[in-house]
Amino acid sequence: MTFEQGVFYFLASVTVFSAVMMLLQRNPVNSALYLILNFFCLGGLYLTLNAQFIALVHILVYAGAIMVLFLFVIMLLNLGDDKRLVEHLGLRMYLGIAFSSGLLIELLYIFGFSSPMNISELSPASVEMGTVEYIGKVLFTKFLFPFEITSFLLLAAIIGAVLLAKKKLVQ
Amino acid sequence: MEFFSPSDLIGSSPILALSAFSLIALLANALVKNSAKTVFYISVVGILAAIGCAMYTFSMNATAFSDMLLVGGYASFFAVLFLVVALFSLCIAKPYLEREQYHFGEYYVLIMLSTIGMLMLGASADLITAFLGIEVMSVAFYVLAGYYRGKLSSNESALKYFLLGAFSTGFLLYGIALIYGTTGTTNLLRIVTMYPQAFGDPVHIIGWGLILIGFGFKVAAVPFHMWVPDVYEGAPTPVTAFMSTGGKAAAFSAFVIAFSVPMSMKDERLMLVVAVLAASSMLLGNWFGLSQLNLKRMLAYSSIAHAGYMLVGLASATSLGQQGITFYLVSYAFTNLGAFGIIAMLEKVNGANLSYEDYAGLAKRRPGLAALMAMFMFSLTGIPPFAGFVGKYYLFASAVHSNLTWLAIFGVMTSLFSTYYYLRVVVYMYFREATNTEEIILPKLTFATVIVCAVGILLFGIFPALIFDLMKSMF
Repeated sequence: MTFEQGVFYFLASVTVFSAVMMLLQRNPVNSALYLILNFFCLGGLYLTLNAQFIALVHILVYAGAIMVLFLFVIMLLNLGDDKRLVEHLGLRMYLGIAFSSGLLIELLYIFGFSSPMNISELSPASVEMGTVEYIGKVLFTKFLFPFEITSFLLLAAIIGAVLLAKKKLVQ
Repeated sequence: MEFFSPSDLIGSSPILALSAFSLIALLANALVKNSAKTVFYISVVGILAAIGCAMYTFSMNATAFSDMLLVGGYASFFAVLFLVVALFSLCIAKPYLEREQYHFGEYYVLIMLSTIGMLMLGASADLITAFLGIEVMSVAFYVLAGYYRGKLSSNESALKYFLLGAFSTGFLLYGIALIYGTTGTTNLLRIVTMYPQAFGDPVHIIGWGLILIGFGFKVAAVPFHMWVPDVYEGAPTPVTAFMSTGGKAAAFSAFVIAFSVPMSMKDERLMLVVAVLAASSMLLGNWFGLSQLNLKRMLAYSSIAHAGYMLVGLASATSLGQQGITFYLVSYAFTNLGAFGIIAMLEKVNGANLSYEDYAGLAKRRPGLAALMAMFMFSLTGIPPFAGFVGKYYLFASAVHSNLTWLAIFGVMTSLFSTYYYLRVVVYMYFREATNTEEIILPKLTFATVIVCAVGILLFGIFPALIFDLMKSMF
């Protein structure tokens, strides 16, 4: 077993372990903490695939921003015990089962029936594509226009937040 | 390495001009005292400048920023449409907001920002640009829907629109990801020419299906229409006017560009799905429209039905259908802006004066206004000589041309339902005694806009060649 394989098996087992533990926890806050562990391991897996940028962004966005949002919601809704959560399930549970089995079928299809890819060795081009340098270069050349116009998306969101949340508007 | 050339800047000049003016307007809003009026005038100047740029680029036929944006023709045509709609909705909004004491400069800035998103949608040559355009437009709409911060109905409208809108964006993005995964490109111009074999892959088709869901939500097609009535009713009337005309036209303009890719492959499955969406939108929109008592809600269901009519053109997968959609969007924009303009003038504080009863006897009290409203209702029904008739004619003709005669017949049948609730407004105005005798004050700016809309639908209804001649160079 090479060093890379060892790292992969370690990260993969922790990923699966944390995912299962997240589901088994009674306390939502503990679940959320296991989810963070899961995100970190996934970030590590991206690193073993030479996708540095995605690895970092994954940890920053998911473990950082989105988890804070999760914890906020858990605390705001005061979901201390899971009994009240169970009452809200029902139709939604079946919808959830339907969606997740749909995803599972899609995954099985991609791994089982699609044309198999040769992933024993990464091509140098794909390794280069994962670097921050490459993504920065593409952002400022080919994707210059979408990149710049994103600032207007953020601007609209900021104006909206101020408009909706400010105490008193001045005419 | 060259990042972009001057021709890229000229090609995208409508977007750049409007962006620059929206920033100037934002600064003016922060720095000038009593800024709302100043911001209004800056917005009008900015929109007029952008219209000039769009007209200047009309004869070009190119792409800009490494195939991210379309330039000229189609893009310029829709740019002018969105900008004119934005201008009209500003003219409706100013007196309305002053009367409601909600006149803030941010309103105009947000309208300009959402128009930037629309311009991107009409010019999108890449799924990334289309996605960003939808987001810029929608984020501004979410806020505008909740613009009446103190009103519960407005808050509800914004929250519903935001949650469902964000959910639908997820579908759109997932679809784009699947298409990128199966072809390695998001560029609409390259997918067909370089990867025709991708259409044999079910994952690729699922990608298009998810994009269909995303766009179906934005154009308010059944079964992705649940948000429409509440959002249209709760949002301030000028915002509803802008959302239902500009927003729908923008979503359709990108929808047509994006779906010309799978449609050019004559993919039967997708055509059938679009045809079913069209049929169900026409049926349910018109059916629920029958039982409405509130005019804004009635126009919301009518907007669902009209999305159905336009999807007929998309399902036909011909350039005749695309031309039909384009013409219909123009006529629908003018008609709906006019109708909402009148509703905005007659509306009273706290959303009162919006029911059929309140329009009783309007013909005796304000004959001119009643005649205008009747014109808009006739155009929505599709009665000649108004523009709505010509639009419907071309859409249903395109369906017959592509062997979708059942869809055309279905469309005509369902639009018979719609006659009932559109003409009901006319009946109330002309044949019922007035219950309300309060004096009606008509703001000049809004009234002038409504008259321009009415002239527009008459002109395009009698001389449709005015628009069809322009479209010859577009498709």
